[in-house]
This record gives sequence, C-alpha cells and structure tokens, in this order.
Amino acid sequence: MFEGLINSLYIIASIFFILSLGGLSHQTSAVRGNILGILGMILAVCGTIAAKAVDSIGIIVAMMAVGGIFGVLVSMRVQMTAMPQLVAILHSLVGLAAVFVGFANYIEPLQEYEGVEKVVHEVEIFVGVLIGAITFTGSVAAFGKLQGVISSRPLMLPARHWLNLIIAIVCIWLGAEFLGSDHQSGVNVLLIMTLLAFVLGLHLVLAIGGADMPVVISMLNSYSGWAAAATGFMLENDLLILVGALVGSSGAILSYIMCRAMNRHFVSVILGGFGTTGGGAVESIEGSISEINVDEVAGLLSSSDSVVIVPGYGLAVAHAQHPVAELTRKLRDGGKQVRFAIHPVAGRMPGHMNVLLAEAKVPYDIVEEMDEINPDMPDTDIVMVIGANDIVNPSAQDTPDSPIAGMPVIEVWKAKHTIVLKRSMASGYAGVDNPLFYKENNRMFFGDAKESLDKLVAMVG
Amino acid sequence: MKIGVPREIHNNERRVAVTPEIVPSIMEMGFEVLVESGAGELANYTDSAYESAGATVLPSGTAVWESADAIVKVRAPEFNENGQYDEIDLLSAGQHLIAFLWPAQNPEVLQKLSEKGVSAISMDAVPRISRAQKLDALSSMANVAGYRAVVEAAQHFGRFFSGQITAAGRVPPAKIMIIGAGVAGLSAIGTATSLGAIVRAFDTRPEVKEQVESMGAEFLELDFEEEGSGAGGYAKVMSKEFIEAEMALFAEQAEEVDIIITTALIPGRPAPKLITEAMVRSMKTGSVIVDLAAEQGGNCELTQPDAAIGAHGVTIIGYTDLPSRLPSQSSQLYASNIRNFFEDLCPDKNGEIIVDMEDEVIRGATVVHNGEITWPPPQREPPPTPAQKPADQAMPSKTAAAEVVQEKKKFRIGPYAFGLALAAIVAVGLYAPASFLTHFTVFVLAIFVGWHVIWNVTPSLHTPLMSVTNAISGIIIVGALLEIGAVNPYVKALAAVSILIASVNIFGGFLVTQRMLRMFKK
Repeated sequence: MFEGLINSLYIIASIFFILSLGGLSHQTSAVRGNILGILGMILAVCGTIAAKAVDSIGIIVAMMAVGGIFGVLVSMRVQMTAMPQLVAILHSLVGLAAVFVGFANYIEPLQEYEGVEKVVHEVEIFVGVLIGAITFTGSVAAFGKLQGVISSRPLMLPARHWLNLIIAIVCIWLGAEFLGSDHQSGVNVLLIMTLLAFVLGLHLVLAIGGADMPVVISMLNSYSGWAAAATGFMLENDLLILVGALVGSSGAILSYIMCRAMNRHFVSVILGGFGTTGGGAVESIEGSISEINVDEVAGLLSSSDSVVIVPGYGLAVAHAQHPVAELTRKLRDGGKQVRFAIHPVAGRMPGHMNVLLAEAKVPYDIVEEMDEINPDMPDTDIVMVIGANDIVNPSAQDTPDSPIAGMPVIEVWKAKHTIVLKRSMASGYAGVDNPLFYKENNRMFFGDAKESLDKLVAMVG
Repeated sequence: MKIGVPREIHNNERRVAVTPEIVPSIMEMGFEVLVESGAGELANYTDSAYESAGATVLPSGTAVWESADAIVKVRAPEFNENGQYDEIDLLSAGQHLIAFLWPAQNPEVLQKLSEKGVSAISMDAVPRISRAQKLDALSSMANVAGYRAVVEAAQHFGRFFSGQITAAGRVPPAKIMIIGAGVAGLSAIGTATSLGAIVRAFDTRPEVKEQVESMGAEFLELDFEEEGSGAGGYAKVMSKEFIEAEMALFAEQAEEVDIIITTALIPGRPAPKLITEAMVRSMKTGSVIVDLAAEQGGNCELTQPDAAIGAHGVTIIGYTDLPSRLPSQSSQLYASNIRNFFEDLCPDKNGEIIVDMEDEVIRGATVVHNGEITWPPPQREPPPTPAQKPADQAMPSKTAAAEVVQEKKKFRIGPYAFGLALAAIVAVGLYAPASFLTHFTVFVLAIFVGWHVIWNVTPSLHTPLMSVTNAISGIIIVGALLEIGAVNPYVKALAAVSILIASVNIFGGFLVTQRMLRMFKK
C-alpha cells in the first residue's frame, strides 16, 4: 500500500513542479508558482521519509535543519547584485550531491541487478557522477569569476581544446573499465574519473570570459538538471527523473536564448576564449566624443518627453539601481514617459537587470524587452545608456566583419539624443570599439554610475 | 598671452565674439582677455558683466587691436567709418586673428593679412569632420538662422501656424515647405513643427530623410535616382533631368503651401535658383518666402538681399544677417566655438597659442600662417563619406538579421535531428531492459513538458526561473533519503552530507525566489 501511496504523492508533486514553472510565465502568477513548488517539495520529501527512511529520522532532521538554516541565512542576506553568484553556488551543490549519491549508490545499491540491467545501472551511475562532478567544479569556477575571486578574463592554456578532448577520451575509457570491474577497483575507477571531471569542469568554465556568464550559468543550470535526472535513473526514481528533465530543458532553453542574443553558437561559447582573439578586426573610428556634465544632462532630460534607459552590467557593478529608480520616479512625476530597454544578455545572468530594477521598485510594466522597444527608438527623445556597451553597438549591424556582427542590439542611435554613462572609454567585453560614442547626437557622461546618477537625481525635478 | 575682443563695426552686426560666460574658461587656459568698451552691448552683454567675469575693458578699439596678441572677431576686419582707420592696419607681425574671413570671397583681405605678417584662422574654413564639430561655427550660425527664418516668416504671415478648433470655427494649420535639410533647414523644421505647422522638407541628399522625419516633418521625394551628396556632406550640382523633376515638385508644392523657406547652397557657387517668378505668382496671397541663400544670390528669382519685399502678394525675405538678429544666442554659440578652438590651439593650457600645422583641423582653418597664405589647404585624400554608404549596405543585412531573429524566435529542430532522435528512441526500445524503458518514458515526456512550459516564461523572470529550478533540483535530496538507510557507515555519511547540501538548495532557492518575486510590482 505504501508503494502505491508514495507513487501518488510523487505524481502530485510532479504536477506541482510543472505548475510552478508554468506560473513564472507572468509576474502576477509567479508568487503562486513558487508556493506550488514549495508544496511539491514538501510532499516529495515527507512522502519519501515516511515510506523509506523512518529509522534515520534523527539524522535527517539534523542535517536538514543545518542545511536549511544556512540556506535561509544566505537567501535573506544576499544582495540582488550578487544573484548570479548565489545561483552559481547553488548549482555546484546540486552537482556535489549528485556525486555523493552516485558513490553511495555504487557502494551500496538499493537492490541487486543482474546482466543487462546491471550494465545499464552502472552506466547510469557513471554518467550521473560525471555530470555532477563537472557541474560542481564548473559552478565553483563560475562563482569565483562572478565574485571577482578569479579574474573574469578567459584562461587561455596552450592546447586547451586538446586537453579537454584528452580528458573526455580518458573518461570514456575509464567508463569502459568501470563496467564489469569488481567492486573495490570500481570505486577507484569512479574516484579517478571524478577527479578528472573536476578538472574538466574547472577548465571549461575558466576558459570562458565574464560576459559570457549568462550562457555559462544557464548551461550549468541545465547540467544540474541532467545530473539529477541521471541520479533518478540510477535510483529508479521517476520523480527525480522528471524534475531533472524539467530543470535540464529549462537550462538548455535559457542557454539557447542567451546564445541567440549574442548571435553566437553554443559550441563557440562553451569552447571559450571569446574577447581575446576577436580583437583583431577592430576598426578605428574617425571622429571625436563630446562630453556632457550633470547640469546639461538634467537640462536635456527636463526638455524631453520620452526617455528610455538601457542598463548594463555596469549598473550592477556600481549598485546604481536605486538612484536609477529614483530618477525614474522623478521623471515620471514630471509627466515624462520613462521606459527601460533590457537586452537579453545585459548583466551576468538571464533576467539579471529585471531583478535589480524590481528590487529598486521600478514598476515591471515599464521594463521592456529589446524587441518591444526597438521600433519606438526613432520617437524617443533621450536614451540613457548606463554601464552597457556591446549591446548598444551599431557595428553589429553596420560592420559585417566586426566580431559582434549580426548580434541583435538595442538601436539607441536612432533616438534623438543618447547619453552614455561610463567610467572611461574602455571597450566592451567583445573588445570592439563602439561607434555610438562618436555619433553626433551622443554625449558621454563619464564617472561612476552611482555617483553620477545621485548627482543627477538631486538636479532633476 | 592677451586675447582681444573688439567691437564689431560692420553695419547692423550685433554679435560679439566672446561672451562674459566663457571669459573664465579662457582665462583658465592662461590667457588674459581684453574687451573693447561696448563690444557686447548690442548682444545684451554689458561692460560690467565682462569685468566681473575677469576681463579687462579697454575704452577704445585701437587699444584692443594694438595690445592684444590674438584678436577674436565675428566679421573680417574692415574700414572703421567712425574712427577713420582700417582694422587691418592696426595688426602687426606675429599677431593672431580669428574670425569669419571667407577666404574664397575675400582674396584681398588674405593678401593684406599676409603683408602684415600675421597668422589668421578663419572660422568658416574649419574642416567638416566629426572631431571639429564642437568648433563648427558655421553650423552654430546656421542653426540660429534656421530658427530665425521661421520667426521672420511668422512675423510676416498673417495666420496661426498651428491648426485649432475654436468656438469661432476651425483654423487650418500653416503648411511650410523647407528646401535644403542642412543644419539651418533642420533647425527651421524643428522650430516650425514646434509651432504646430505642417512641415515638408526636400533635400537632394537622400540620407537626410531619416533626420527630416525624426524632426517631425514629411520628406518630399522625387521619383528619380541620383546621389546628391558631395564632399564634406554638402550638396553638389545635380543633373539637368534631376533639376527638372525637382522644379516640377516645387511648382506643385508652391500652389499648396503658405510658407517656403529655402536653404539650398552649393559650396563655392552661386545659390541655385529653385523658386521661379511663376511659382511665386502661383502662391496664395499672404504667403511668405524666406530665402536663407540671399547672400549667395538667393534661391528665389525675386529675392533682394538684405530686404523684405512684396511681389505678387507674397512677402519675400532676403535678410543676410539672420544670426545677428538673434545676437545673444549667436554670440553665445560662437563664443563656445571659439573657446573650443582655443582648447585645441593651447593644448598645454599655458596661455600660449600653438598653430600646429600637422593638426588637420587647425591646418584647415589657418588661412595665413606667419604672413604666408596657406589657403586653400591641401586636399585631404578621401573626403569624409556621408553616412549614406555604410547605412545603405547595412540595410539588407539588417533586414536579414531581423528575419533571422523572427525565424529563430522559437527553436526548431531540423528534420534530420528529429529523425535521429526518433531513431535513438527506437534503438533504446530495442536493446534496453524493460525496467529502464518505463523510466525512459517519463524522462522523454518530461523534457517535452519542460520545453513547452519554459518557452512561456517571460524573459524578465529568467533569474527567478533559475533560482526556482535551483530549488527544485534540490529534489536530489530524495536520492539521499533513499540511501540514508544504508548499513555501510561511509554510505550513510555521504547520504547525510547530501541531505545537508540539498537542503541548502531547497530552502535557499525557494526563499530567494520568493524574495525576488515579491519585488516585482506594477
């Protein structure tokens, strides 16, 4: 009877998880979606404990309490600008858990297998541990880069592609050895493979530059799902398989969207190294830049009716979301139309800018996507670009041999005026000079985004 | 070094080359500023304003000319009727002169300056490259002229510009045609549209269409293919057929519009005659023509320079001093251009002028260097191509890119990949054990469900999506729970640690998602 009951609970939990993800299709239903996810998790965990693990309840409660308290503390304290780091480190935990569960299951399987089923089971363990291990160190490396502990520049080892290939081949060979080996040597093989996969995960992510992080994070999100699914196969647990597949495809879609937004191939992003080799085709731009000071920006803003703000990673770095929101409020109170244009890869993870703006209480209905706002650009009086560069670079459309040619960009140069807030004239991630800065209707407003905006807020309204 | 600002002596010239506002920034560069008493009077800048800005006011013009190391003026030097002296005679070797000198039209002035051994910079000879925009005084003046042209037209036009529905009845809006969409034309368009008029503009250079439309005017087009852009972004002479088509368009428009403002100029040539007497006759009584090309002979056949005349019931305005009719504004802009030029001339901010003949901008503007005539400057190789070419080439690729985006909006799997996937599923069915297949079914279906659900997630919630998927991938805790009952102490420990870290995910992930989602407010 218990078997049947727990299966029903799992089915209900699965429905809740699917509804949870479906709820995120709109802001109004998103909170409900999250609560459904929590309910699904409670059902799944309680059902499993009740059916299978009653005898170890003490350890379980203790472990969940420690982990839970830690999770609560982190989630309450984390700053919204640091969301990418948090997501990365949470991915790594899933990967690590998958490795541990894989080892545990190999050492002491839940049931005995024979013949083909044994082979299949061993393949499942091997694959689960492999993906888990790559996810773990890859996420740790991504965390390090996002946190600034590791340089965000791509690490370019000589013959790095060969290194990856050799590790992959050795892992496959170890996999063949692993099948049919006896128990003790099997653990050793699994251990060696895990260490190699750790190296592979680390190296893969280290070779990818900072601004490709949206793809990396989505990819690791996907991997953590596949790791969970592989664990599910290993344990013959449909709930794990289902949730793993949901998460895996979610991450895969996000990776795809991010790659499309950069007009790059997934493979080329994963192989890394972008932003160091692309510099060769940089064209020199004729012209000069014109600076603008805070009084003049305030004057321009006061004499315009429609304003579009394009935020980029620089906004997150400078923690400037609050002054931006304050400026938005003042301008809107003054009867001006203010909107935000969000490029899919603005920031370091998908949707990063939206979360920052939401934190600063910018109403979400004035935060629009690139495709929605591009047609309105010619009717816009002023575009303020804050800490963004490549995503507003006209070279993507005008210069066919530019490294970013073909990348969809926000067409800010079509507006009547543009103001670019920037620290310096340094080029963007892609290492491409930006002709926007030299356009006649563009003004550069140099300085730290937060300080500049604070001053501006004081002058406006 | 001392910079001298004499009063302009040309008849009706109200502008002044340096305003009190920019005196401090010139002094910061290490210069002294000498101003002739009354220099800014007609532009509403008093002597006391100059003094309080830090300049020294000298009583007479001769004192300024003789004691300054560099003279800054608006107009070229000429004979002073009041003082009975020629300004050029007051110059001495080694002095600098900066003004609108029009070297092509005034070769005798150049000759005299060269005899005096001075260095002269002509503000109208600044090359038209983007780096020099901040010192492009011609554009500044054209901007003012375009604005003033509309104001002059309004002055002589007997009706509103904007259409209104009043209690007394309907007032139709004024229709304005502007020929030539250079700086002056665009400025006129902006001014006229903001007064509420219906504005149409024509230009031989098709690339200005976007600019015209961005200012709120309609761009008049010919059914005719010819590129009208010449060197330096100016217009060039067009073919006979083109001009015929153009004239037909103007004739048609003349019957309809109330006001025509013409700004058509071709460098170094008399202004093209675009509005014939017949067209003027066809215009409604009370219409107005403002001819900004009057100084170069006018775009209208009937234009008389420096006069507003009536002909066939139409007022034709040919003032050549439009910038001077808005003296405070023109002076302020010109003074800013001058200040920007000094920044280039005095890179070290030590109060010394260095005429660097290697610098493209300074070389182009310098017409006499230490007594030697250096005008015209050597031809620079390719003239700055107007934005047209790259934009044109970009067009197809842009639309192509847009199509690609449209097409890729939703991911599509090619038939081969799809077939391969089906074959793989069949292969799994053939060789895998039955117990595996039930799980495999769940796996494949879950991917499909996930695929469809996730595409509906709004991009602005992608971060919460990642954190919630993070939380639910903590479901791996179920695996750990299944293993915790193990006998082997190592396995138990591994499972226990897994429960701990998966709990971090579950609690942390859901809570941070909740925190984020609560922030999304309308």
